[in-house]
Amino acid sequence: MRFDKDLVAASATPLVLGILAEGESYGYAILKRVTELSGGRMQWTDGMLYPLLHRLERLGLVVATWGTSEAGRRRKHYALTPAGREALAERQEQWSVVADVLQQAWDSARRSAQQAAQAPARPAVAEGWA
Amino acid sequence: MGSRERLEAQIDQWRSYVQRHRAISPADVDEMEDHLRGRVSDLAATGLDDDEAFLVAVRRMGNLDAVSREFAREHSERLWKQLVLVPEGPAPGSGPAWRELAVVLALAVGAGIAVKVALAAFDTDSALLRNVPLMTAPFLAAYFVWKRRVAWRVVAALLVPYALLAVVLNVYPYVDTGSTLVLAAIHAPVVLWALVGVVYVGGRWRDQDPRMDFARFTGELVVYVTLLAIGGGVLLGLTAATLSLVGMDIEPAMESWIMPFAVPGAVVVGAWLVEAKQDVVENIAPVLTRVFTPLTTVMLLVTLVVLLGAGGLADVERELLILMDAILVLVLCLLLYSVSARDSLARPGWFDGLQLVLVAAALAVDAVALTAMLTRIAEFGFSPNKVAALGLNLLLLVHLARSGLLLLGFLRERQPFGALVRWQTRFLPVYAVWAALVVVAFGPVFGFA
Repeated sequence: MRFDKDLVAASATPLVLGILAEGESYGYAILKRVTELSGGRMQWTDGMLYPLLHRLERLGLVVATWGTSEAGRRRKHYALTPAGREALAERQEQWSVVADVLQQAWDSARRSAQQAAQAPARPAVAEGWA
Repeated sequence: MGSRERLEAQIDQWRSYVQRHRAISPADVDEMEDHLRGRVSDLAATGLDDDEAFLVAVRRMGNLDAVSREFAREHSERLWKQLVLVPEGPAPGSGPAWRELAVVLALAVGAGIAVKVALAAFDTDSALLRNVPLMTAPFLAAYFVWKRRVAWRVVAALLVPYALLAVVLNVYPYVDTGSTLVLAAIHAPVVLWALVGVVYVGGRWRDQDPRMDFARFTGELVVYVTLLAIGGGVLLGLTAATLSLVGMDIEPAMESWIMPFAVPGAVVVGAWLVEAKQDVVENIAPVLTRVFTPLTTVMLLVTLVVLLGAGGLADVERELLILMDAILVLVLCLLLYSVSARDSLARPGWFDGLQLVLVAAALAVDAVALTAMLTRIAEFGFSPNKVAALGLNLLLLVHLARSGLLLLGFLRERQPFGALVRWQTRFLPVYAVWAALVVVAFGPVFGFA
């Protein structure tokens, strides 16, 4: 599935913060987790993750440390800071409001669409009720 | 080649490609490489072969230009390429970075000590003039021998001309402060610089590209040393002013200790700075040439008008002729510097036209000056100074005239820009040969006057 660029940009920060809330991680593992959580429906451009991680680091939401991978290569690990947890909690509230509003708007839209679809089928009854 | 080695080679290639993006730092490349390897091995586990896995992984990484732009937005300071003397963080191999700094400082102090010893050993001013560059050059060369791991064969081959130069400068029975002595002292650094150049290019002095690198290095070194000199001057001035308040005069210390260490030290440290962070000046070089090319053109045109308006050129002072050489050297440096910074594949633009105007103006001014010089020689005969000035002038004339022709050819799209670049690098050694000739032959020919 292709996602709108702005939507990816908006959701990436809370998603990365959420994944890091599960525990310290590194770039490739974060991306794998995104794929896993979305069942493969959400795929980012891999390279774009790193500027984002660096921005979060600069904002003090995550801290980075250099470690080594199993193969003995340099690997940068990221962990959530207390400020990061706060930011995550705030984002979660905002997103649940957004999700809630969207859900309600779409539900009511669906209901009125159903009514509109059903309306011409039983005009007599409708008139009777009115 | 096994598929594993091929994969390593491909990853290396990818790395060097990513590194060309200035906004992506080496540490970021490490991070992304780790990612790439993770992706490749996961893909390979699903049954793809290494080549396919690599291709898919690179594709998944996304358009590097876009990624680089994103990095640039996040790290705007990187585009300004701050001076990072020692890489931050616990990079594996942080040892060599500190070792290099230690080597550079040791060489800088060593050059200072050598100059100081020369100061103590020779009392006369002229002996100093002869020996200070001789003392500094080996330390600068030693840095490149260490840095480039230059073959000892090359170093040994260079020791011969170096020793010859040292002997000629110190053994020739010059009349003290005579003009042949001054000429030899002025031209010796050019020869020394050529020797340093051979070390710089690791002995590959016959190749054209390394020669251009050395020209670039020279220009950048001049910028660095100038910056260091300005900074050092301000610092010394403030210190002197403060100390004078308590009645201390640092003038004696300045002459006997600070300058002998500061000047050669600045050259060695400057060379290291150029090596450590070539990008810093790469950004400035095109800007400097673009600022000074039009200004120099205006200056030359004004000079031309004044010279032509003055009349009676036979009476002009000898200094004018030396001044002319200085102006032509400046024009040549501007040309060389902008040629070295220019992308050879770019199409001719207005700036190339401006450069042609600059070269034409320089040639016109030089034609006037040369007439004056020949008139003077016809009237008063040869002197070592005049021959040296005339010789240099002719070399510069040939160099600039052919550069002008090639530039014209390039503007009319008859010649590739590469022809102009090759001409610059081919001609550079001629100056070293001429300088060597002045040092070695002028003394005996003119009776060491």
